[in-house]
Amino acid sequence: MTSTNEAPAGAAGEGPVEKVLAGTGTFLDDRLHAAKSTRTLLKKVFPDHWTFLLGEIALYSFIILLLTGTFLTLFFKPSMTSLVYHGTYSRLDGVRMSEAYASTLNISFDVRGGLLMRQIHHWAADLFMAAIMAHMIRIFFTGAYRKPRELNWLIGITLFTLGMLEGLFGYSLPDDLLSGAGLRILEGVILGIPIVGTYISFFLFGGQFPGMDIIPRLYIIHVLLIPGLLLALITAHLFLMFHQKHTQMPGKGRTDKNVVGQPLYPYFMAKTGAFFFFVFGVLALLSALAQINPVWLYGPYNPVAMSAGSQPDFYMGMLEGALRIFPNWSWNLWGHTFAWNVLIPALVPLGLLFTGAALWPFLERWITGDQREHHVNDRPRNAATRTAIGIAVITWYGIMWLEGANDVIADHFQISLYTTTEIARYAVVIGPVIAYILTKRICLGLQRKDAATLLHGYETGIIQMRPNGEYVELHAPVPEEERAVLEARTTAPLPLEAGSDDDSGVPDPALRGPVGKLRLALNRVVTESVPLPVGNGHGTNGHGNGHGGNGHGSSVAGEPERAAVTSGEDGKTLLGRDSPEDPGEH
Amino acid sequence: MSWIIARRRRPVAGYAVVLLGLIAVGVVYAAFTTQGSPASASSPAASSRETAVGRQLFVQNCSSCHGLLAQGTNTGPSLIGVGAAAVDFQVSTGRMPLKEIEAQAQRKPPVLNTAQTHAIAAYISSLGGGPAIPGASQVSTQGADTGLGQQLFTSNCAQCHNFVGAGGALTQGKYAPALTASTPTQIYEAMLTGPEAMPVFNDTTITPSEKRDMIAYVTETRSAPNPGGFSLGRVGPVTEGLVGWIGGIGALVLSALWITAKRRVHE
Repeated sequence: MTSTNEAPAGAAGEGPVEKVLAGTGTFLDDRLHAAKSTRTLLKKVFPDHWTFLLGEIALYSFIILLLTGTFLTLFFKPSMTSLVYHGTYSRLDGVRMSEAYASTLNISFDVRGGLLMRQIHHWAADLFMAAIMAHMIRIFFTGAYRKPRELNWLIGITLFTLGMLEGLFGYSLPDDLLSGAGLRILEGVILGIPIVGTYISFFLFGGQFPGMDIIPRLYIIHVLLIPGLLLALITAHLFLMFHQKHTQMPGKGRTDKNVVGQPLYPYFMAKTGAFFFFVFGVLALLSALAQINPVWLYGPYNPVAMSAGSQPDFYMGMLEGALRIFPNWSWNLWGHTFAWNVLIPALVPLGLLFTGAALWPFLERWITGDQREHHVNDRPRNAATRTAIGIAVITWYGIMWLEGANDVIADHFQISLYTTTEIARYAVVIGPVIAYILTKRICLGLQRKDAATLLHGYETGIIQMRPNGEYVELHAPVPEEERAVLEARTTAPLPLEAGSDDDSGVPDPALRGPVGKLRLALNRVVTESVPLPVGNGHGTNGHGNGHGGNGHGSSVAGEPERAAVTSGEDGKTLLGRDSPEDPGEH
Repeated sequence: MSWIIARRRRPVAGYAVVLLGLIAVGVVYAAFTTQGSPASASSPAASSRETAVGRQLFVQNCSSCHGLLAQGTNTGPSLIGVGAAAVDFQVSTGRMPLKEIEAQAQRKPPVLNTAQTHAIAAYISSLGGGPAIPGASQVSTQGADTGLGQQLFTSNCAQCHNFVGAGGALTQGKYAPALTASTPTQIYEAMLTGPEAMPVFNDTTITPSEKRDMIAYVTETRSAPNPGGFSLGRVGPVTEGLVGWIGGIGALVLSALWITAKRRVHE
């Protein structure tokens, strides 16, 4: 690559910098033929909304995890070899510990910047999982998983699962008291698997717990296998998002056939680049100010010891809570113990969550009969049942999550420990039901309010007296942009029932059986919504100026910095704005 | 004097007078009160006079529950044979006299001063022996091994009191208190007498020298700095998760809102 210093003096009318840039561009394009695709790439349009950046927190945390993790591997020794510590941390001087724990102390107290790196790594892991959760919640409530994005939703769930495992294995590596307690529970769960549990446990730990093998094994899975899978799946996730284009929030001129937003270069690139530094900055601040996983306080792992308040990291907290509230059931049959008290809480709640989440897009499609592509997001209120289900699941998850910290809660809020468990046992069943009903009512109420606003306009607060003495409040018409948002009902239910009759009025035989009846019943629940007022142009093409054609930027008048793009059937991206001359082209 | 006269009508003058008055009252009170006076070393052989004073104090403060002869009633156990250490622990931590009957007595500012406490301890001890109040050399952390102390603490205490003694919940509304305010003497007495739900760790289970190591670990750890920043209460990953969500995701959501904010179009 040529640098500006070596460049000859520029010709008249052209600076030396431009000439070098053009020269480099030509050199690269002659060999890579990338100008055209790069130009298309740089013009790629991204819609703008703050919730679209939640996934990016996870992406950038992952990059920071890779970088800090690499640093840590330079000093961490994944070995269970026992040694006597003689290091800087004098309080543990002369204490027998594993090499893994000693090297973690070494990273924390002897490696320059080691503690900061450890803390950034751990905080980034917490932020990675938190961002994935927030991102998934956003995707669910806006219906962004719908056709054609079901596959990306499934990849996302896989990423979440892998992230949990990666985190569990990661915080188990230092071989401190807390991580050992976590591994002990893992061993207990594996032992709880009927018949083969003992064999699997011996296979994993290379003999009796804890043995010498577990740390090196977890280490290679943590630094090689799962990060590789995560990297591959994240790439696939981003490529799919790129290829299918990002969804957009409802608004004026936004349809399922266009993408309204800002081009990658320079707007989106600047924003997302800046956001990386925000993520990095917040992580650096957290890591510099807030202590995380002080392994030197936990002490080396000791199989006979256990600390009060032993909790996993927050993303495993729901499993811990399930374990704590589940009744103590077990059977002893044919010489085998069926430890339901461990097995069910370990496998069932998370299994239900992930299986349910994975199946939901397909279930919803089957129930609603909606085979259309969706690129405009739902407003959560407009899909009342889906939102209600989402809040119910969050409540259900949240109660178990809280219960995972029940001893800390009991201690700090001075509630009896058993009372928290008793409350949680009922709340985990009743809570979601109440949450479902309340959320659905609130959503339908908000829909009703939207319908009223569309029909009457905004209340202005101006009271007028008519000549006959009557007082009325003046209503102002809704601005066009707001109207477009209020009218957006992309989930407009398909009339499964009416459409099931054929021309001669004979009901669809597929809907007559028990499955069909179930589908009809579910359809009635899922598609329940308040109708929009008729005669305001909903359902017609009245507000769609320009997006039927080539989608020029004029369709979003008033926002000159935006470009609108239509995707053709062939998946090519047509640009809505005139492209400036490419300096690389001859 | 003219300096004061010139400023006596200022608004701050009133506050200054009140402050001076409070200081004066405080100084005079401190000169007369016996509360908070330096602890008198407990003499191993309690004088009969101290025992008599202790009996008097016992009748006034404790007998309504423990009975006039410390024989115990329906509301309070017998104190015969519990020893001076038990009395000193319960009274010096303010747990006794009990405020109300609940799952567990709470630590609160002590009602009786050290001399009074020792007098009651001497009286109870005279009824039937039991563990004595440890002397200064027994609880000294001079030259103690904190590394061994940490191992002993983790194996014996951490399952209830948490890894640094931050406390934890127990069953039926009971709890293992935080050891943040406990004095070395109180920690030693607690191990010796097993108050509330705590088991007894006698000198056979944990030798006096090991007890000193554990006390050294507890007292040293609570003043040990946190090299990683704010401690977040040292209660493990629960507060970490809370900070991660509120501080981390919260801050990033705010910045995302800022980045994607639209310029307001003026009417």
